[in-house]
Formats: sequence, structure tokens, C-alpha cells
Amino acid sequence: MKHVDEYQDPARARRLLDEIRRSTTRPWTLMEVCGGQTNSIIRHGIDQVLPEGIELLHGPGCPVCVTPLESIDRAIAIASRPEVIFCSFGDMLRVPGSERDLFGVRSRGGDVRTVYSPLDAVQVAIDNPDREVVFFAIGFETTAPANALAVHQARRLGVTNFSVLVSHVLVPPAIRAILDAPGCRVQGFLAAGHVCTVMGYAEYQVLASRYGVPIVVTGFEPVDLLDGVRRAVLQLEAGRAEVENAYPRVVAENGNQVAKELLAEVFEVCDRTWRGIGVIHASGWRLRPAFRAFDAEARFDVADITAVESPLCHSGEVLQGLITPDQCPAFGRECTPRNPLGATMVSDEGACAAYYTHRRAGAGIG
Amino acid sequence: MAEPVDPSNWSCPAPLADRALVVLGHGGGGRLTAELLEGVFLPALANPLLDQLADSTVFPVPAGGRLALSTDAFVVSPLFFPGGDIGSLAVHGTVNDLACSGAVPLHLTAAFVIEEGTPVELLARIAHSMGAAAQAAGVAIVAGDTKVVERGRGDGVYITTAGVGVVRPGADVRPERATTGDAVLLSGPIGQHGVAVMSVREGLEFGSPVVSDSAPIHALVAALFDAGIDVHTLRDPTRGGLAATLNEIAAAARVGIEVDELAVPVADAVRSACALMGLDPMQVANEGRLVAVVPGGSAEAALDALRLTPGGEQAVVIGRVVDDHHGMVVGLTLVGGTRIIDMPLGELLPRIC
Repeated sequence: MKHVDEYQDPARARRLLDEIRRSTTRPWTLMEVCGGQTNSIIRHGIDQVLPEGIELLHGPGCPVCVTPLESIDRAIAIASRPEVIFCSFGDMLRVPGSERDLFGVRSRGGDVRTVYSPLDAVQVAIDNPDREVVFFAIGFETTAPANALAVHQARRLGVTNFSVLVSHVLVPPAIRAILDAPGCRVQGFLAAGHVCTVMGYAEYQVLASRYGVPIVVTGFEPVDLLDGVRRAVLQLEAGRAEVENAYPRVVAENGNQVAKELLAEVFEVCDRTWRGIGVIHASGWRLRPAFRAFDAEARFDVADITAVESPLCHSGEVLQGLITPDQCPAFGRECTPRNPLGATMVSDEGACAAYYTHRRAGAGIG
Repeated sequence: MAEPVDPSNWSCPAPLADRALVVLGHGGGGRLTAELLEGVFLPALANPLLDQLADSTVFPVPAGGRLALSTDAFVVSPLFFPGGDIGSLAVHGTVNDLACSGAVPLHLTAAFVIEEGTPVELLARIAHSMGAAAQAAGVAIVAGDTKVVERGRGDGVYITTAGVGVVRPGADVRPERATTGDAVLLSGPIGQHGVAVMSVREGLEFGSPVVSDSAPIHALVAALFDAGIDVHTLRDPTRGGLAATLNEIAAAARVGIEVDELAVPVADAVRSACALMGLDPMQVANEGRLVAVVPGGSAEAALDALRLTPGGEQAVVIGRVVDDHHGMVVGLTLVGGTRIIDMPLGELLPRIC
């Protein structure tokens, strides 16, 4: 399979590992930003084969995990209305709200549907003119262009029974928040390749030079991740703090210009609450006034819904790399993928779920 | 006392030939039901035992032997998918469950719950597919039932099959027999059925179409016994995929199972589809694969036997039973790391990005 086989090649992986081992003279702490990277690292046991001193912290880049509880509760309130067809990506359905999840809404008769693209939800709206169709527009810069396109298309086609519940988040402000946090141990970042496919990596130059951290744009296959680690370690060992692109087969410096223009037309930057972390200034997107007619929050009057997190859940510290999932007292006890307290235990990309699934105590590994 | 009268029989007096769609009366037990049987099911499934058309079917069994009995309900949507349909699936599923007890499948029964409004022509295609699948698997469908539910109360057709088979003399095939030192064999590439169904259901296309692996595996099982292998455990990794099957074996036998992930065959199209949807091929359903646990010393002979049997050409040894991490399945990854291969939770959730 082209573009996958060569990046899952055990021989290439071994060569990169050898070079990392040869180059490492002291301990370094890196953070992979994206949940997809976390999953791949744990899935392939990459952290187990790195030299002793290289520690990988798992960043806040799982879109499911950081979507705030109140957004889930708002989604559940909207999805419970009889006139609504609520469309969502599959892995949002099991994220616990304050009382239930979207699966729970479905089992109580709500019309909750999984779609693979927000454009499918626009089609559902066209096919069901007497129903209100709402799409749960969450995620990072990666998913935002398709969501912007859906809103754009709904306006162009005059689809008035379509709206989006927006809870978009942005990576660079989160990296800055992590670096500003007291006790931050991160010395280098593996930036999320797919986010950079859209946005490019010019924004990271400022972060790298101001905070003195290497930032390596990294892919998701084992060879990609090992190459990202290798480049970050080489920079740290040489005392450099630069932005490097280790994922050039899909990432260009300026990203995807068409997508960026569309995003700028549809969305504007706003403050955003991150689940488990709190409000981060200028870290999200909301619809611009010209597109407010498509804002489900206003249409269904759910903006007042607020929520309180479980006190047992330490996902905020996990998302900031302050603790590893298995250091949370509730990990594997009160909190399991079957009964998740926080969203990091739900999605495959959540660090807690990845640890639980691939590396529980008793397996004699990890 | 007179039989209770079913008014639906009054409203549907026309012969089947005039009806393109199933009506409630087809489930009423009256003339319409008889027409559905005679027009659709009996021609497709005919055999001397079924033709008894009695309240139950009577057949001889070997004296002193052991019987295996299994039942399975099929609710697949869509009813037709690349490489199969609900009819052939309903035969293969039960034949394979019997085979995995070390039994030679003998007879099946089939019960149909049909949604009002289902095209009769579609039922006929399903029935013919069942008949063909049964013939290919060397079994007969010897008893059956049909019911019709109101429109909107079903999903076209649900089929439940049950099957009886004769266990080979001396065979002792159970998950609990998996023992340290045993080899774990897999008969072919995984994930094809699940991806084939999902691709149709979700309207996704992946370069080359993925075709379901739905097939009977009793011949593969027979090949192992004919080769004189002391087969410890057999499973067909259906829902939950290879991951669920291996976990069930590890839990039942209180052993650990170690899997060389690079050895597990996955077709390119399945791999890319799973990558796109964020699924682990190990958790995706199969309907024509066999997992066999045999003594380590018999692994080569078992592999040869499988590879010489149609459907087993791509058989491989994927791992071993170990006296470690009891109840768990651990994968050796391509970078030389390890991971738990967990029991899937339930519904597979496609990932968002």
C-alpha cells in the first residue's frame, strides 16, 4: 500500500531507532501534540523502544477529548428534540455528558446519525426538509475546512433547516498555554501533521524562537514518528530550536491556501473552553456574524447550558502532559472505556483510552 | 373448538403471482403463507426431509455419537453486499459454528422474520442463495418458519438458523484446551466481511472493492482432522474480529496469547479502508476465516493441511500460546514493541480525523 508500507517498514524503523540511540546523550522530554500520534505511539509500542531518557508526553490534540462538557450537554439537549436529526462523527456518540451520551439519546428515541462528512449532513437536511438537521462541528484545524464548506454550501443552496453546533479548537494557542503553564517539562514538540496540512507551519516559527523549543511537523506512521523524534533529539542535542518539516509528503509551509481562505470567511477566532483544561484565550473558532443563521446554539437556545466536570477526572493534567494516564487515581478503576469519566478515556485518540486499551497492568508490558 | 380466524386471510385472497410485495397475510398461516412457501422457499431449499412439511422433521442419527447444536440470528444491513447476502451468511454462520466444535455439519433449520412490503423477488433471491450455500456446504435445510411483521417493525428480513452436526469420534475441541506451547493458525486475510458491509452501508468506496470472505469453513476443519492433528481449539472470528476471538480463547483457557502483528494477513484494500475509518482490522468481522489452536509440534502439518484446502491457501501461523499475561492477548509490533490486543468494546466507532 503506497504511502503506508514504506512508513511501516521495520528495517527503516530500526535504522531510525539506532540513530536516535547513537545521538542521545542525556534525557529529553518531548510532547506529541496530536491524539492520532498518541494512538500510533502506544499502538506500536514506540515509547517502549526509545532510549531510556527520551520521554514522550501526550498532548491535548484529541478533538473528542478537549470538547468541553457543556458542548456535549448542548449537543444532547438539541439531539433530544423530536424535530431534530442530529449528525455527528462516530466517536462523539460515546463521549459522556453530565447525564448521558448521544448513544443514550438515540436509545431514548432521538434521531442521532453517524456521518463521515459534514457535507453528508447537508444532504440529510435537503432530503428531510421538514426536519431540523444539526451537525456537531468539533475538532481542530483539520476538520474545520469541511465544516466551513458545509455551512458555505448550505447558504449557497438555501438550505435553511441545517445548522452547526460549533466547538472548534486551535493548536498553536494550546501549545503556548502548555509552555506558559508552571511546571511545564516539554522541551520539544512533534507538531500535528494533519493540522499543518491545512494551516502550514509558519505560525510555529514564533513559538519555537520565543520559547526556545524545537518543533518538528510529524506524521502518524511508526517511521514518521521515529523520524520526528530523531529530528527533535538532534536539535536538542545541538542546542537548536527550529521548526522542521518531517512530513513533507503532505505538509507545505503555507498549508492549503484555499482551505485557509474558506476558514477565514466562515469562522472568527474566539476564546474557547478546553475540557479538563479551562478557557484558553483566542483558542477557538466560531461562526462569523454573516453565518450566524446557521448557528445551532442560537437556533435552539442552548447557550445557557453549563456543566461541572467529575472531580475524580484528571484529564486536564493528562492533556497538558503533567501526568501520564496511569498516574490518575481513577484510571482503570472508576474510569474505563466502558464507563469513562472524562473524554480522554473515550476516543481511540484519547491518551487514557490508548493506555487502557494497549497497555494495562497485568500484561507484563509497558 | 374452531381455529381462531385470521382476518388478514380475508383481505388478501389473490394468488402470490399477483403480489410483488410481502403483505401481513403472508405470515397468517393460511393460503398466502402456503403460497409463499411453495412459490419461494420450497423450490429454493428442496430436499426430502424438508418436503415432509410436518410440524417437525424426523431424521436418523448415528448410534452412540455426539451431536453439536448451534443457533445464530442474522440481521445484516444491507441484505446484499459484495461477496454475499443475508441468505448465504445465515448458512455459513451456523455451518461454521458447528465446524468449530469439531462436528461435521448435518442439517439446518431456518426461521424468517419478514417486514411487510419486502419484495417477494428479493425473498426469492435470498432463498436461492441459502439453497446454493447449503448445497455447497453439504447440508440440508430441513425445517423452517416464516413470520411477517408490520412495515417499519423490521429491516427487510431477519433470519435465524439453527444447525445440528455430528462430532467426529475422539474430537475434543474447546477453548479451554489451548495450552502453553500451542501454535495459533489463521486461515486467511482478516477484516474483509466487515469492511465489505460497512463500505456499502456507508457509501464508501476504496479503490478496489472489498468482497466479503463469507464462506463455509468446514472443509478446512476436516483437513485438520484428516491430517491427524490433535486440534485443541477452533473458532471462526466473526463479530469483534480476530481480537475478540483470541481474547475469548485466552480468557477461557487462562493462558496468554502472543501475536506477531506482521504475520497477520490484511489485504491492502482492507488496510486502507480501516486506516480511513480509524478501525483496527483485528476488530473487524470475518465470516469465512478459521482460527485453529494446535500443538506447537503439529503447526507445520496443520499449516500444510490448511494450505492444500480451498479457502486456506493463505493460512499462516500468527502466534503462540504462552504461560504469561494470562487472559490477555499481546501483539509484537513492527518496531519491536508490544501492545495489548484488547477485546473490542461494542460498536466500532469511525474516527473523526
